[in-house]
Amino acid sequence: MKLELRGITKQFGSFTANDHIDLVVEPGQIHALLGENGAGKSTLMNVLYGLYEPTAGEIIVDGEPQKFDGPGDAMRAGIGMVHQHFMLVPVLTVAENVMLGDEYTKSAGMLDQRKAREVVRRLSKDYHLEVNPDVLVEDLPVGIQQRVEILKALARHAKVLILDEPTAVLTPQETDHLMDVMRSLKADGTSIVFISHKLREVRAIADTITVIRRGKVVGQADPSATPAELAALMVGRPVQLQVDKAPADPGDVMLGIEGLHVISPTGQVLVDDVSLQVRAGEIYAVAGVQGNGQSELTEAVVGLVEPTSGTISLDGRDITDTSTDEILGRGVGYVPEDRMHDGLIGSFSIAENLVLDTYDEAPFGNAVSLNLQEITKNATERVEEFDVRTQSAEAAASTLSGGNQQKVVLAREMSRPLKLLVISQPTRGVDVGSQEFVHKRIVAERDRGTAVLLVSTELDEVIGLADRVGVMYAGKIIGELPPTASAEEFGLLMAGQTATDAKEAS
Amino acid sequence: MSPELGKSDAIVESSVDTVEVSPGEVVTQHLVEVRMSTRRRIGIGVAIIVIGLIVALALAASAGSHSTRFDLNGANPGVSVPKFSLPGVTVIVICGVLIVLLGIAQLARGFGKRTMRWVGIGVAVLFLLGFLTWAGTEGKQPIQVGSLLQQTLFLATPLILGAMAGVMCEKTGVINVAIEGQMLFGAFAGALFGTIASNWVGLLAAVVIGALVGALLAVFAIKFMVNQVILGVVINAFALGLTGYLFDAIMANNGGGTNQPSVFNPIKIPVLGDIPVVGSLLFDQTIITYLMYVIVIVIDVMLVRSRWGLRTRAVGEHPKAADTVGINVLRLRYQNVIIGGGIAGLAGAALTIGSVGQFNKNMTSGQGFIALAALIFGRWTPRGALGAALFFGFASALQTALSLLATPVNIDSNLLQMLPYLATIFAVAGLVGRVRAPAADGEPYVKG
Amino acid sequence: MTDEGPEQQPAPPERGDVLVAEQEAGGQKTRDTIGDILRSDHPAVVTVLAVICAMIVGAILIIASDSATREAAGYFTAAPMDTISAAWDAVKDAYIALFQGAIYNPNAPQALSPISETLVYATPLILAGLSVTLAFRAGLFNIGAQGQILMSAALAGYIGFAWHLPAGIHIIVAIVGGIVGGAIWAAVAGLLKAKTGAHEVITTIMLNYIAVFFVNWLLTERWFQAPPYNQAQSRTVAGNAQFWHLMGSDLRVNFSFILAIAATVFVWWLLKYGTFGFRVRAVGANQDAARTAGMSVASTYIGVMIVVGALCGLAGVSQILGTANNYQVTASVDGGVGFTAITVALLGRGTAWGTFAAGLLFGALSAGSGQLQVATQTPPDLVQVLQALVVIFIAAPGLIRLIFRLRRSKSAGSAVLAKGWNG
Repeated sequence: MKLELRGITKQFGSFTANDHIDLVVEPGQIHALLGENGAGKSTLMNVLYGLYEPTAGEIIVDGEPQKFDGPGDAMRAGIGMVHQHFMLVPVLTVAENVMLGDEYTKSAGMLDQRKAREVVRRLSKDYHLEVNPDVLVEDLPVGIQQRVEILKALARHAKVLILDEPTAVLTPQETDHLMDVMRSLKADGTSIVFISHKLREVRAIADTITVIRRGKVVGQADPSATPAELAALMVGRPVQLQVDKAPADPGDVMLGIEGLHVISPTGQVLVDDVSLQVRAGEIYAVAGVQGNGQSELTEAVVGLVEPTSGTISLDGRDITDTSTDEILGRGVGYVPEDRMHDGLIGSFSIAENLVLDTYDEAPFGNAVSLNLQEITKNATERVEEFDVRTQSAEAAASTLSGGNQQKVVLAREMSRPLKLLVISQPTRGVDVGSQEFVHKRIVAERDRGTAVLLVSTELDEVIGLADRVGVMYAGKIIGELPPTASAEEFGLLMAGQTATDAKEAS
Repeated sequence: MSPELGKSDAIVESSVDTVEVSPGEVVTQHLVEVRMSTRRRIGIGVAIIVIGLIVALALAASAGSHSTRFDLNGANPGVSVPKFSLPGVTVIVICGVLIVLLGIAQLARGFGKRTMRWVGIGVAVLFLLGFLTWAGTEGKQPIQVGSLLQQTLFLATPLILGAMAGVMCEKTGVINVAIEGQMLFGAFAGALFGTIASNWVGLLAAVVIGALVGALLAVFAIKFMVNQVILGVVINAFALGLTGYLFDAIMANNGGGTNQPSVFNPIKIPVLGDIPVVGSLLFDQTIITYLMYVIVIVIDVMLVRSRWGLRTRAVGEHPKAADTVGINVLRLRYQNVIIGGGIAGLAGAALTIGSVGQFNKNMTSGQGFIALAALIFGRWTPRGALGAALFFGFASALQTALSLLATPVNIDSNLLQMLPYLATIFAVAGLVGRVRAPAADGEPYVKG
Repeated sequence: MTDEGPEQQPAPPERGDVLVAEQEAGGQKTRDTIGDILRSDHPAVVTVLAVICAMIVGAILIIASDSATREAAGYFTAAPMDTISAAWDAVKDAYIALFQGAIYNPNAPQALSPISETLVYATPLILAGLSVTLAFRAGLFNIGAQGQILMSAALAGYIGFAWHLPAGIHIIVAIVGGIVGGAIWAAVAGLLKAKTGAHEVITTIMLNYIAVFFVNWLLTERWFQAPPYNQAQSRTVAGNAQFWHLMGSDLRVNFSFILAIAATVFVWWLLKYGTFGFRVRAVGANQDAARTAGMSVASTYIGVMIVVGALCGLAGVSQILGTANNYQVTASVDGGVGFTAITVALLGRGTAWGTFAAGLLFGALSAGSGQLQVATQTPPDLVQVLQALVVIFIAAPGLIRLIFRLRRSKSAGSAVLAKGWNG
């Protein structure tokens, strides 16, 4: 099936997310769509999938112009999509999720579960996407959930498959498996639109590459182009892919974790016997695939989650049973991974967000009342210092772009004397320009003698920033590596294979 | 981020649980069995023991000297079973001791989460048995268990229907606090049309007007995205005001031309209706009660097994996922909310043409809210809601029955009436804990 | 995990969230002229239009139930103007009666009497409305105003009739008693929410019923009930504990209205300048972010419910120590204020002075309903319908926009955050 997009434009109010985008996907081709966060890739695919109505432009399938009123129409036209945030219903089984919307029924609208199971089994086998049809999706690891998403599209006979940032949640090995699946789909004549901002993967799998920047197609490239060329095309200027930093000068142990366990109310062991130390003036990075206990580890450090056992100490003092308020007061800065959810209050002004954890301390306020003047003054200074792009410090935090929101959180957490900075996914959803800024500030904080505990699922970021790296898998730190180790070594650990396993395997 | 992670939960033993994610591929989840915290375990244990001691000591001591007679027959039984007697004090003491034993077991080792629910039910049943026996020890009248249960079903019918209306709406992700208002409109329409036409027309009118109010809820919740709890409260106020206004305007000064509907009579189902005890209880009922049976069973079965049910659950949990597979989220929500409104209208009809006939201002008097509580209490499942609604019905029936009975110690009816509400608070706070509504319940869906 | 990257952020504009786009488009900040405001969906414009819409629907109800109009409609084809003029008269008379009962009645012996009545009705509405408003700002629904008012009135009433204290002190003790009664009753719901996660909508509804039966029980007890023990009303509050009249003893308006003004100032201050208010707003807007910033969500819930209950306590105090209920506790001493307070808070859009204004409006409507019935035989329930309709129209600015083809403005926003049971 040949898919063509002609002059697709999508506007939200006065903001143009897609500006006259042309794209041709030939049958049996893997077409990569490359662009940084916020470039408009996902918007374009949502238009193609019928979720957004384009402001202008045409979608043409095999020469026929199409009008999609919803995803149902797109699916009938043979377009399937694996969303970046999986569109699976957690409380339903794999089989139910696969048939949802296109159910197999017996008489009177009753579900034919047996047939659904058979379809899942058959497709699983054909495409090496093994999954048990009777398991609840919420019990599956993310890597397997992605298989379910692909199966969903295949069960609907998708001829064009859109994969939106599919590797973000995968280990390097799982990524390789996915690429094999993509190749076998291609061999069957399925076209694939592969959306990514990871240059390595795009170059490895794509037949042709279209680069998008600020909602416009800025060029086509061949997979043989160098990473630097692609990056420059993507960002619009030469980019520094490396983080500039001097060797660390570690001091005393600032953060000490001993035998830490965190167990969920349902009995799942989320953090399993973790011990680690972070010294003043060094960056300790926790690498790993999303959902292996990193979030719970950081939350335990700042007192948001009560550890089941184990101790945490800050600068030699035990903080295991201390409240978050007090921990932050003792010089811990915390940048949560999900900033709109945990880091900022969207409806509050930037000024208010900047004092979210110091509003009741001098000079911003006391136990009874706030000092609005000081709060405003502080906001003006921080906005200036951290280059937050906004019309006014009184604007609501939700009006900011991702990068500027992150700057507000950083400005709040870094504008007081810190002993320890706990920072999770510092550049998720942040544009490249702001990424560089964020990285520089983290290194500057380290050089000021702060201990930094960094959690990131982006291996490049970990390697670029860290002085030491611990890889977390299934709640355990299963190995520590220097940042100079190879991607393969990291990959094996991230997939749960310990160093000895790895040796045995080779 | 879950705030309650690992909070003072004591771990008893560790196990490795496996999930077979695909044939031949097993993901191990390191699991440990979590028992409730020591403080909580002791708290619940002590509470149960106290209840047991109250039964074994206070009730036994204040009981009268007679045996308690029980009458299992309701009104108009087809085949009656003989009354029987239980030795008063003995039974009370046995019940009390059994409760205390359960409490000691809980104190000593703690029950797991699943078992705890059954333990709770067991304690409740033993307590009731002890209490009813105690109430009859004056020996003047028998305890009319049959009519107590009949009354329970009668009082619970509107509550069950109301709760089913809630299930219909909330499983698709629209909060329905307006059950009260829908019932009130249904009761009004039932009485009005039941008078000027026939009770069947009244029944139909009640369903239609309930559905119309459902449509109003749906439009404001889905299209205009008004906060749904607020919307429900306002619709209730609107229903109270409008039915009150119309009552004064057309019913109050109109002799009986508009507010004297004929009521439905019980229909006895052949064979089934002749079963002793159960027959007259379940199968000698009005059409509204039979409709209630059908509605509960249909919703319960269809939610799990039908295409409609699968889609409804998907839309209530993750509407965007449903949208991306081509399900029309908004249309399904409209449809279910309107059907739910119709069911609530039927619940209202149960109060007029299924019961006393006449409509009165604010005659629902909070039953819609009780239905809502039953829904939440029953964890948004049809079966749970059914059980909770029956519990509320039983509490009201018990209170009426006791007021007619010469109990050994006089109980003030006002304090007795508080009990079901107190029990709900305890249940919501203690046994049920943090219940989770359907994940997208109350959230308007916006495409994209 | 919802890492909404900027690509997700330009959400469709329906939701009322401000878009990234606005920020990026930037620069064009024009000053709104009065004309622009009138054609936009500015909150004030929407409120006025909502009141007009409600009155139009109310007019339809009046016409439908007016016997003269129905008679005239019987020969509509013969003389259509009769029907129209009868309908016009019915509507005109009803709304004039409403106005006369609430604001000014040239025929009344006391020119200020309608205003006085309006203030008497408005006082508990403002106080309970403030309570609901404050709870909203913490992300909580206080459906329990009725119970809190009842408990407050029972306790303040008891102190008022059973204790014998010197003038001045007696009234202060009674006020404090009422505040404590309401605060404790609300704190129970706050405590349950904080400690067990029990949803406050359920617990406050249940606490309402318990309070009703509790007061009913009190009214059967000899030490509480007024002799000769045949009516469900309490003894009468002593003169020392009764509020003084503000505009002469013939008019019922009393000191409790001053309390309502003071409470409004307090809530306004708390939400704008108070440290506790900041915490309340933070927890209400995003409890996860508040917790991450080190705030204790649990203690905020408990604290705010105490203040919320105290405000309802003042409403109870105004009912029992003021003129509203003849200084006696009855089962209906709450005056049905509890649920109306929710609509008042909605109309007030989450602000203290908005709630004050809304309370005055609804108080006026309630005061007018008496005259409405006397002068035109229109059932007073009409007022309740009008109140509900106003709030329905306000709560859905989209509807008003649709009817009047208004432009969407930045200042408009939904009155309260949309949240479900899990929020």
